[in-house]
Amino acid sequence: MKKAYLGVDIGSISTKGVVIDKHNKIIASEYLWTEGNPIKAVKRLLKKLDKQVDKDEYNIVGVGTTGSARKLIGVVLDAVVVKNEITAHAVGTTTFYPDVRTIFEIGGQDSKIILVDDGIVVDYAMNTLCAAGTGSFLSSQSARLGIEVEEFGPLALTSKNPTNIAARCTVFAESDLVHKAQMGHKKEDIVAGLCKAVVTNYLNNVSKGKRIAAPIVFQGGVSKNVGVIKAFEEACECAVTVDPNSHLMGAIGVAILARKSKKEKPFSFSVQDINFQTKGIDCNGCANHCEIICVYRDGELIDSWGNRCERGAIKQKRNKVKI
Amino acid sequence: MKKSKISFPHMGNYCVPIEVVLSLILDCEYLTPPPITKKTLEIGSKYSPDFVCAPFKYNLGCYIEALENGADTLIQTGGVCRLSYYGELHEQILRDLGYEFTFINFGDSEITKPTAIYEKMKKYNPKLTVKRLARALMIGVRMIDIMDKIEDYIRENVGFEEEEGTLENLYDAMLKELRTVRSYKSLKKINKRYKKMMKKVKINKPKNPIKVGFVGEYYTTLEPFSNHFIEKWLAKHEIVVTRKLNISNTIFFRNPKNIVKKVKKYMKYDIGATGMDTIKEAEWLAKHGYDGIIHVKSFGCTPEMDAMPILENISQDYHIPILYFSFDSQTSEIGIETRLEAFYDMIEMRKEKKK
Repeated sequence: MKKAYLGVDIGSISTKGVVIDKHNKIIASEYLWTEGNPIKAVKRLLKKLDKQVDKDEYNIVGVGTTGSARKLIGVVLDAVVVKNEITAHAVGTTTFYPDVRTIFEIGGQDSKIILVDDGIVVDYAMNTLCAAGTGSFLSSQSARLGIEVEEFGPLALTSKNPTNIAARCTVFAESDLVHKAQMGHKKEDIVAGLCKAVVTNYLNNVSKGKRIAAPIVFQGGVSKNVGVIKAFEEACECAVTVDPNSHLMGAIGVAILARKSKKEKPFSFSVQDINFQTKGIDCNGCANHCEIICVYRDGELIDSWGNRCERGAIKQKRNKVKI
Repeated sequence: MKKSKISFPHMGNYCVPIEVVLSLILDCEYLTPPPITKKTLEIGSKYSPDFVCAPFKYNLGCYIEALENGADTLIQTGGVCRLSYYGELHEQILRDLGYEFTFINFGDSEITKPTAIYEKMKKYNPKLTVKRLARALMIGVRMIDIMDKIEDYIRENVGFEEEEGTLENLYDAMLKELRTVRSYKSLKKINKRYKKMMKKVKINKPKNPIKVGFVGEYYTTLEPFSNHFIEKWLAKHEIVVTRKLNISNTIFFRNPKNIVKKVKKYMKYDIGATGMDTIKEAEWLAKHGYDGIIHVKSFGCTPEMDAMPILENISQDYHIPILYFSFDSQTSEIGIETRLEAFYDMIEMRKEKKK
C-alpha cells in the first residue's frame, strides 16, 4: 500500500482537488464550480476523486486545504494542513519549476503576484478588495457579449486590431465596452481589448513597482485563456509559461505541504456521506455582534470561530447541545 | 450648577492622559466614550461623507456615542493633514443631527504650543492660570511618555510571555490607576511599581525571533480596532513588533529638520503628516535587520499614499518585504488574515534560508 495525499483548494468560483503520491505524481484530479456552497462542492469533488483512486494501491494519509474556504473545509476533512493560497501556490509552482522568478496568478475574485528568488518567496502582492481585472470580471463580460468563457481566448487571438478599453475599474471598463460595441467595433477586437485590459490592470494595480523577472509562470483559472496569455507576453516582452495543471496548482501545493508536514491522519472517502451543517450565531455580548460560525457533524459541534473575545467562546458551549 | 461632561474620541489608550489633563485644567467631569465596536464605525460611517478617511468616521462614531451617554462638551484636535478641517465638519454634522453641545476645536490653533492651548482653554475656564496649565501639561506629557515606553516593551515581548495575558492584565490595571493620577508624585509612584512588576513577568524569547516593524498613518496605527488588531495577531504568532510611531515620538520629541536629514536619500522635503516619519522608520527597520515591514493607512490618506512608492524603493534597496494595508469601514477579517498568513510564511521561509 502506497501513501497518498489529498489537496483541496476551495475558491470563491471553483473547487479543485488532487491526490498525489510521495513523488508528487498526480493520481487523481478534479475541477468543478463551487456554486456558493463549499461543503456541497467538496462532497461532489470527493465523489469524483473516489472513482479515480485505486484504493488497493493507495491510502490517503493526509489532507491539506487552501483557498478562501480553507478553514471550513479543513475542519470538515480533518486536514493536517490549512494554508493560505499564496503559500500553497508558491510551493506548488516552485516544486515543478524550481527556477521560476515570477508567478502571476489570476483567480475568480483575486489576483496576486509572487516573486521568487532561488526557490524562496521573497515578495508578494495581492489585489485590494476590488475584483477589477479578475476572472469574475471576464466571465461577466463574456456573458454580456454572448460568448462562452471557453471561447473567449481563441476569439481574442483572431483579432488584428484590439480595441482600447479602460482598465482601471470594472465599472468604467464595462461602460467603455458597451460604448465601443455600440460604436461598431468588432466582437473579436473588443474581446482582445478586454484581455489587454485585464493585463494592464494587473500590471498597474497588483504588481505595481515590483520587478518582474523571467521565467514567468502564469496560473489560476484565467491562465486557461490564451488571449490573456498573449497579452501578458506582449506586455512583459518575454515568454509566459502555463502549466497544463495551472488551475490545480494551489491544490497540488497544499497536498505537497500536507506530505511535508509529516503529520498523518486517517482519511476516508466516506466523509461525503456524513451530514455537515454550519450555523451562524450572532453573539450579543457587546455591540461588536461577532458572527460566530459553528460547524456540526451529524448534529455534533466540531468547531466554531468568529468570536473576538472570550465572551463569544462561552456562548458556543451553551449552544453545543441543541441545533 | 451641574458639572459639564467633556469627551474626546478614542485613540489607543490615550483617553487616560487626556482625562487627567482635562480634569486638571477644566472644572468638569471627563466622560470616556464607550469602547469602539463595529457599531461605532457603523454610525460614524452612516453620517460621514463616503470618501472621507476612516479616522473621521471613527471619531464621529465616538462623538455620537459619547453624546448619547451624556457628554455635553466635545474636543477635536488640529492636525497636519485634512484633520485640521475635521473639527468643523464634525461639529456641523452633529448639530445637523440635532445634538446640543459645546465644541472645543483646536483646528485653528497649534495644539503643540502651550500658549495656544492656554488661550483656547481660558475661554472655557476663566479661572485657568498659566501655572495650573503648565502643571497639567507636564503631568500629561510625562504620562504619555511613560505609557509609550511601556507599550513599546509590551509589543516586543507580549508574544513570548510564559503565561499568556499577564502583561496585558498588568497594563490594564496600571491604566486604571493612571486615570486617578492628579499629581506628579503619584504618577511617578505608579510607574515605578508597575515597571517593577512587568520586569518580573517571565519572557521566553528565542535567540533570533522574527521581527516586524509597524509603520503608517497616525490614527490607523495607533487605534488597534481600526487596524483589525494586527499587532495582536503578530504577537500571537511569536513575532517581535516594533512601532516607533506614538504621541511622544511624533509630537513631543520630534525634530523635523533632523528627519529631513535622515531621509535625504529618499526625499527632499516633508510630504506632510506622518509620511516622512514612515520613510525614516522604514529605513531604520531595514538597516537594523528586521524581517519585514507592515504599512497601514486609511483608504485615501494622501501623505501615506505618497510614501508608498518610496517604501517600494526601500524594499528593493534593502531586500526587505513590505506588506501594505488600506483600511476603510470594511470589517471582514478573512482577506486580512490571508495576507498576514502569507506574509508570515514568507518571512519565516526567508529567515530559514538565511541561516
